Amino acid sequence: MSIDADEVAQIAHLARLAVNAEDSQAHAQNLSEILAFVERLGAVDTSGVEPLAHPLEMTQRLRPDEVSEEDQRERFQAIAPLTEDGHYLVPRVIE
Amino acid sequence: MHDRTIAELGAALERGECSSVELTRSTLKAIEQATELNAFITLTPETAMAEAAAADAARARGEAGPLTGVPIAHKDIFCTEGTRTSCASRMLDGFVPPYDAFVVSQLRAAGAVSVGKTNMDEFAMGSSNETSWYGPVRNPWDIGTVPGGSSGGSAAAVAARLVPGATGTDTGGSIRQPAALTGISGLKPTYGRVSRYGMIAFASSLDQAGPMATTAEDLAILLQAMAGFDRRDSTCVDRPVPDYRAALGDGGLRGLRVGLPREYFEADGVDSEVTRAVEAAVDALREAGAEIRGISLPNTSLAVPVYYVIAPAEASSNLSRFDGVRYGHRCDDPADLEDLYKRSRGEGFGEEVKRRIMVGTYALSAGYYDAYYLKAQQVRRMIRDDFARAFDEVDVIAGPTAPSTAFALGAKSDDPVQMYLSDIFTIAVNLAGLPALSVPAGFGGGRPVGLQLIGNHFDEARLLGAAHGYQQLTDWHTRRPSLEG
Repeated sequence: MSIDADEVAQIAHLARLAVNAEDSQAHAQNLSEILAFVERLGAVDTSGVEPLAHPLEMTQRLRPDEVSEEDQRERFQAIAPLTEDGHYLVPRVIE
Repeated sequence: MHDRTIAELGAALERGECSSVELTRSTLKAIEQATELNAFITLTPETAMAEAAAADAARARGEAGPLTGVPIAHKDIFCTEGTRTSCASRMLDGFVPPYDAFVVSQLRAAGAVSVGKTNMDEFAMGSSNETSWYGPVRNPWDIGTVPGGSSGGSAAAVAARLVPGATGTDTGGSIRQPAALTGISGLKPTYGRVSRYGMIAFASSLDQAGPMATTAEDLAILLQAMAGFDRRDSTCVDRPVPDYRAALGDGGLRGLRVGLPREYFEADGVDSEVTRAVEAAVDALREAGAEIRGISLPNTSLAVPVYYVIAPAEASSNLSRFDGVRYGHRCDDPADLEDLYKRSRGEGFGEEVKRRIMVGTYALSAGYYDAYYLKAQQVRRMIRDDFARAFDEVDVIAGPTAPSTAFALGAKSDDPVQMYLSDIFTIAVNLAGLPALSVPAGFGGGRPVGLQLIGNHFDEARLLGAAHGYQQLTDWHTRRPSLEG
């Protein structure tokens, strides 16, 4: 699979990443090489093989649905770039 | 004091040869004199001296353990309350976590003194420590070469005997490969053995924390403190922690069945000096009574391609949390919300991190998911099954940790695939969730070579015993680079 600069722009948009236009060509070449490298997997016969998601095949542990954390909003918001009245601020979304 | 192991320092402190305050002060001084290595991102002299004083007080009360008062360093991927935790990224350059990682609080509770945070590849993505926002770490054996990665700062700091031990993380070899390239010992525990709580996530089905030190005995002491159940990591395994140090004995080599995978010794692109050193190490194991057997791990060559689908896929998901809203880098004057996300991430992440996020995004995108991600997960099972079959016949698997010794700075930085192949012998272990360690096993052209020993799930005690036995027979682990000052 070969990736061109337009596809880099599309992937970067999906990943919400600003990529400089002058870097797009280098990214296109690197991504193409990496995808060519991993494409050898396509030649492996995996019929009947179950995908492995967890190396020990353990299932997710559940916990009782009860309050376990105290309110630490002020502490956590102290490291935020921009807050007001306990809210995180972002540029206006709805006019 | 600076060429002593953790075990020796613990004994010296207990005998009163020095105090932790004295030891910590001289450790901080040694670190300041070794800035050319760039092994640290942040030093914490004030908290270190306070912890040292507290350790001395605990010892005076008769409450000292093997780590009480011993200086260590943490990879800058572990959250430390009140101390900047950057993950070597511009994204987290100003991030001061409001809580400690499990590993950090465990080691503090054991009395260890943290002197600072070590340099690393950005978000642990790299095999040479060249992707750090804070610049590359240099290998103390030859400062024109890399220390390996991603735990390169921890490795260089221990190799230069600045600290006797440090923490690391290993997603595809990030403890073992730098340990090999800098001539120290490093252990990646079984997936789930050590809690990942407070450890900044890269690839969650592969990430695991572990210790780095000069000897297997010291790895045992550190792992003892780091391991244990923690309900805050949903993949942490609730299973008793054995007494690793007691299990070392005088080395568990007699009768040990050691498998040599044909594929690890016949692989293309392995330095002949590496193969020679590892073969000599295997001879030493045989002479000590180990039973050496040839085995096969037929899907070995597929491990790196599988990893470079699964790890970027998980990374693209994990790193979506860095959005410029709640913490971390935020761009100036965003035009709208999408601009805020895109520019904050575009400015905050370095090139290798962006590359992996994009590979992962592509592999998970509609129309490609089955061909890349599901396929990789299927081959992942085949790789794991190869190991399961091997462990029916042998107790541990031995081979080289890395295909080469330390390479020059810049040698592979323009060729991602060549860089990825630095981890050809370590990556399969993460895919299978197995424990493995690297110990020094000689030199090639004056640069260290590592012997990798891979064990079955939760068989860390046997692995450490074998490594300890090997270190009773050899003195490679005592060799240290000569540095000025």
